[in-house]
Amino acid sequence: MKQIFIVANKEFHDGLRNRWLVSITLIFALLSVGLTYFGAAASGVLGVASLSTTVASLASLAVFLIPLIALLLSYDSFVGEQESGTLLLLLTYPLSKSQLLLGKFIGQGGIIALATLLGFGASALLLYFQLGDADIFSAFGLFIFSAILLGLSFTAIAYLISLSVSEKSKAAGFALITWFLFALAFDLALLALLVGVEEGVSQQGLTQLMMLNPADVFRLINLSGLDASGVNGALAAAINASLSQTQLIAVLAAWVVLPLMLAIFIFKKKKL
Amino acid sequence: MSNPMVSLVDAGKSYAQLDALQTITMTLGEGEVLGLFGHNGAGKTTMMKLILGVISPTQGQVEVMGMAPDSKEAWHCRSKVGYLPENVSFYEQLTGLEVLTYFAKLKGFSKKEAIELLEQVGITYAMKRQVKTYSKGMRQRLGLAQAFIGEPKLLLLDEPTVGLDPIATRDFYKTVDQLKANGSSVILCSHVLPGVEQHIDRAMILSSGKLLAMGTLSELRQQAALPVTIKPSGLNGTVAANTKLNGFLSSSCQQTLMVPEHEKLMVLKELLSLDGLNDIHVEAANLEQVYQHFLLEHKLSEDELSKHGLSQPKQVKKGQG
Repeated sequence: MKQIFIVANKEFHDGLRNRWLVSITLIFALLSVGLTYFGAAASGVLGVASLSTTVASLASLAVFLIPLIALLLSYDSFVGEQESGTLLLLLTYPLSKSQLLLGKFIGQGGIIALATLLGFGASALLLYFQLGDADIFSAFGLFIFSAILLGLSFTAIAYLISLSVSEKSKAAGFALITWFLFALAFDLALLALLVGVEEGVSQQGLTQLMMLNPADVFRLINLSGLDASGVNGALAAAINASLSQTQLIAVLAAWVVLPLMLAIFIFKKKKL
Repeated sequence: MSNPMVSLVDAGKSYAQLDALQTITMTLGEGEVLGLFGHNGAGKTTMMKLILGVISPTQGQVEVMGMAPDSKEAWHCRSKVGYLPENVSFYEQLTGLEVLTYFAKLKGFSKKEAIELLEQVGITYAMKRQVKTYSKGMRQRLGLAQAFIGEPKLLLLDEPTVGLDPIATRDFYKTVDQLKANGSSVILCSHVLPGVEQHIDRAMILSSGKLLAMGTLSELRQQAALPVTIKPSGLNGTVAANTKLNGFLSSSCQQTLMVPEHEKLMVLKELLSLDGLNDIHVEAANLEQVYQHFLLEHKLSEDELSKHGLSQPKQVKKGQG
């Protein structure tokens, strides 16, 4: 346990030192405050839009940004240390592979989690001062919680990439492809399936397919709670047949735990 | 020597394509310094990794302090083992002190010990600077400080003197001698380096995963049967005329005698009895020559085998047991 904490502490401080925490927090805060204020601009009104519209826009924003940031932060975690030789050295220490991996996960996950909390929390506070509505905190609480899970999930996926390749540049390439697949291509494929193939998938089947993508699970969590007015596309169809909020959160949590366990497994098999 | 620090029994490691290390048997006692020599790819690093327990042997047994180093029981022994990898570049964005503190903590020590170690390797003046500003020698010193954390009982050092200036090299060997005096065992891995001879107890020569020779330097010299070079001066033609001596004359240099070890004393006595001798220079084969000899011998025997159509490594392995 102590070893995990030492590694986590080092990784967290690296995140602070590299200005990761500050930049991610700023990006989240600026974008979410911006969306909160100008989200209604499309309908011709300036000022705070309705709560559901705001959360819906924030979720659509987060679903692209968070995976990208998590992958960027963590893709070189292992392959980078392997290239510089410190990975081999660390493994000669009284430190097991799973301790090293979990330590890194806690440290880097802590950066993502804290940045998400601070960045989006800022716009929650702002909204509260504007509207004085205590509902904001429960809506934002769920949003921030699921956003953190999404970030952790892609951190674990980044470790999978980092442990599976032997060069940093390859890891970067794979990270980019992973992001593209999960954040963009998967939805397009679903939509094509829905529109292009008649009687191809039922609503039930569609929802089940969406469970294969943590980004979509995140979307479902945040949009299913809202009135469907702000939601359209493949999602709207899926929401009607959706699982309960708790089930969805459990699925997203599984998207954190399973890749992490797989990463530990790959790490243990890895030839050094 | 009752409880060997490290013992390898027929230990080997092969990967799908390559036998990185073929059946090595050796022991290393407490307070012993072993020099491990070989070219790149000879299997030095593989052997170190086996001893460190980072990889498991595909055959045979490896024991460190009486336990298999890749097992769970050996866990607590790891803080008593120090390792300096070849070509390690530490976290560039951290300061030297931060790097060393991180490693010290992982071994259960604190920042205080880290500062002391930095003092010991002489880079206290730069400990608040980022590692990316360090020169090669400073990085190597940092690496050594890392290996010395917690006064290890067993030290494995891969190319420890690369990039060190002569003074730092001397300091390094002093530290090795000191550790040895405290009962620590050291494995020094390097290409053959001048100056390493007086600090090692035994040498081990590896080539393409095979053990070519192992023993103390004088044993190896004997095995190699390399001649002693004797250079008398002031004798002019007397040596060539002496029937006892002219057989030893080197073909390339008429002033130099190449004498087998066991006839050295006889030749010296004879030389001393000659008039006109005003100086004499005796030089035993150095480590580098011994090393070259074993490599050459190995190469010749390989060539011999390949002439007979036995060039595939697998068959060679079988043939040599």
